[in-house]
Amino acid sequence: MRRFLAALLAGWLTLLFSACSGESINATEGARRKILLVNNKDDPRWLDLHRTNSVVENNIMLALHEGLVVEGATNERDPDPGIAASWQSNPEKSVWSFQLRPDARWSDGNPITPDDFIWSWQRLLNPKLAAEYSGMLFIVKNGREIFEGKLPADQLGARKTGPHSLEITLTGPTPHFPQVLCHSIWCPLARHCLEKYGDPLSALNPWTDDGKMITSGPFRLKTYLFRRYLEVEKNPHYWDAATVKLDGIRFYPITSEQTEDRLFRRGQLHITYNVPLDKAPTYLHDHPDVIVNDPNLAVRFYRVNTKRKPFDDARVRRALGLAIDRQSLVDNVLRENQRPAFGVVPPMDGYDEVKGFSFDIAEAQRLLAEAGFPNGQGWPSNVKLHIADSERAIQVAEAMQAMWQKNLGIRIPIRMEDYNSYLSSQQHMDYDISDAGWNADYYDPATFIDMWLTDGGNNRTGWSNPAFDKLLEESGQCTDAASRLATLRKAEALLLSEAPVLPYYYYTRTRMIHPAVVGWTKRLLDDRMWKYFDLRYPPPPSSMDGELRRE
Amino acid sequence: MLRFIASRLLQSAAVLLAVFTMTFFMIRLAPGDPFASEKSMNPDVKKELERQYGLNENLSVQSWKALSSYGRGDFGLSMKNQGMRNGKIIRDSFPVSLIVGAAALVVALAIGLPAGIIAAVKRNTWLDVGPMSLAMIGICLPTFVMGPILIAVFGLKWRLLNVAGWFEPTDWILPAATMGLSYAAYISRLARGGMLEVLSQDYIRTARAKGVPGWLIIIRHTLRNGLLPVAAFLGPALAGITTGSFIIEKIYNLPGLGQHFVSAVFNRDYTLILATTVLYAALLVAMNLVADIIVAWMNPRVRLSS
Repeated sequence: MRRFLAALLAGWLTLLFSACSGESINATEGARRKILLVNNKDDPRWLDLHRTNSVVENNIMLALHEGLVVEGATNERDPDPGIAASWQSNPEKSVWSFQLRPDARWSDGNPITPDDFIWSWQRLLNPKLAAEYSGMLFIVKNGREIFEGKLPADQLGARKTGPHSLEITLTGPTPHFPQVLCHSIWCPLARHCLEKYGDPLSALNPWTDDGKMITSGPFRLKTYLFRRYLEVEKNPHYWDAATVKLDGIRFYPITSEQTEDRLFRRGQLHITYNVPLDKAPTYLHDHPDVIVNDPNLAVRFYRVNTKRKPFDDARVRRALGLAIDRQSLVDNVLRENQRPAFGVVPPMDGYDEVKGFSFDIAEAQRLLAEAGFPNGQGWPSNVKLHIADSERAIQVAEAMQAMWQKNLGIRIPIRMEDYNSYLSSQQHMDYDISDAGWNADYYDPATFIDMWLTDGGNNRTGWSNPAFDKLLEESGQCTDAASRLATLRKAEALLLSEAPVLPYYYYTRTRMIHPAVVGWTKRLLDDRMWKYFDLRYPPPPSSMDGELRRE
Repeated sequence: MLRFIASRLLQSAAVLLAVFTMTFFMIRLAPGDPFASEKSMNPDVKKELERQYGLNENLSVQSWKALSSYGRGDFGLSMKNQGMRNGKIIRDSFPVSLIVGAAALVVALAIGLPAGIIAAVKRNTWLDVGPMSLAMIGICLPTFVMGPILIAVFGLKWRLLNVAGWFEPTDWILPAATMGLSYAAYISRLARGGMLEVLSQDYIRTARAKGVPGWLIIIRHTLRNGLLPVAAFLGPALAGITTGSFIIEKIYNLPGLGQHFVSAVFNRDYTLILATTVLYAALLVAMNLVADIIVAWMNPRVRLSS
């Protein structure tokens, strides 16, 4: 018996020491070694750039890859040169040429050429790759046709015009093309790396494994331990390596907000992904120097199913939208300095908010009465508010329910589903009113407006207005930025007047940042330019030292 | 004995086949799909993805293909985790759950058994009421409350242990304690009940009348029968304890197997759900068999027969 137990213990210990992998670094040690410790919420689903589609993946891609241009270091709307040192367009803004840096190198030291870009875009558009973000390249001439298999890949409107120059022909005038190009999906992939390890289109090609992956950005992949962490290290071949101050970044896949909060307070993280809902207001008050709370280019709204009664009547939809006290919602329920949303496009540089809604109970009651529900009488009892099972969505839905009840006299029960079922119901328009959010892909209002086109894949409200579609088409013909934005504003105003969508707040992102971190800037798109980050050692004092400094 | 085991193994195969088939078809009934996201997907992209993962085929064809690949020891490709084989995911995460689970079991037995035995022997004294009240609290206190309390004390206040993660050889202690304490509560109550029943038996009174010392009665005559309920409980509990707990792995951010049981369902990762469920069922069946054999060894009145 004793021998049996000893054998069990020995087996357990062997297992223990073999299963503990990776190395634990605390925040102070990380600051000394210049390794930034970031919680990234989850494991990336893919490390193959072209297959990525989430914020989690994008945060890692921004460290590993660089495209022709990158979001500006100081103003994200004003792109900085990336692998392209300079660029010009024709007067119609439909043909763009780029001059690549002759010293641009892959992380293995090989030069980055115009052919690498063209090959990458052709791969992204290959229907066999089935890349979700392939649609981003449909603005390139023949991009859509190649994706649909109607034209061969070499017909893409992108060609090499010299050993270091590249020309892109678009389907029409696109004055905001440099902003679109900042999206990581446009970054080049190393053809020689993908082809070395097998079929470049195969999902099983191991080119993204640590030790194999070759990339173009300020960092390169060092270690990936599933469910433990992903670490990148400084890329010595990067053209601007002198600017890169960090030696590495570690991305942790911690899903629980409470756990990341505890890790931060124990001094084991530099940057959290979130702050627990119940703690954010206290931290904002007590530790303003450790917490960052930045506006984000994203909007929260309810979709209204215009194919169902009583929402086929625009007056009913408007009435619901006007009866929401957004300011009170933001101040009393959300409490993370979110801004009340009266339009679908968050305020951004060059585009002021279109205030399509206001808080106007009298007008709301009048519209509802006109539509046949005076004081809420005769309101159908089967109308439900559809949400996913998240803590925040529930809090908001309950507040909305109370406001509609109080201001309009209508009772709308809540229908909650798990996230995947909720998405499915929304896609199949199996809802009355459904909660949703939208993040900007790039710095431009169109990313929030063109989703409402007739039969657009993200419309999902059944709403359609030929005048709106026409305005958007016109905006696509504008060669000058100001008239384009004016047309988009008109379209947004029209959309809000018919209210198939009820916006209610613009997001903020709240995070804890360790005092050692240098280089955090407010960015509406929340894309982190990792190459500008630095760590100070020893970390300066902060209001959380009682907790952080006890190491 | 051998005949008993052989027939149970045969039954197990049938059970596993049933679990496999039911899981396979039931998860397909859930709304949603593995590729769902907030942004709409181009229908061509979706069709191609479904083709690549074989989801475009007839369901019965799919289930037959999955079954035959299980026969070859291949648990398929995860749909949520890039190009990863489910076998690798399980191989990576199972040891973590096993380490924590084994330690938790030791904690549970080391606390639960003595507490239950002493409570039974010293019935209705403070040695009974005290530990049994604690056990009641332990049963009522969920792990998601117990865990953060332990972390607050040992991690944040005294800074003795890490609050989360799986890096250092001490990182199993808090999760194992959290898990072990809740099992200890169950075990102590089971042990007390079993012991009490045996202690009131005639043969114990006879032993006492013969003048056998109290401690000898407990060790030689009571324990073996009194702990039968614990042994029967441990079989199925062992399967649960070693495959990890979603809540504990979330609280402590452990790279264990437990999280995959839940997140795979949320993600509609069809292949991973199947793999984890079949694995759990296999363990459960195996542990029950072991428990049956142990119970028969402890209690000769139980005849092992097919």
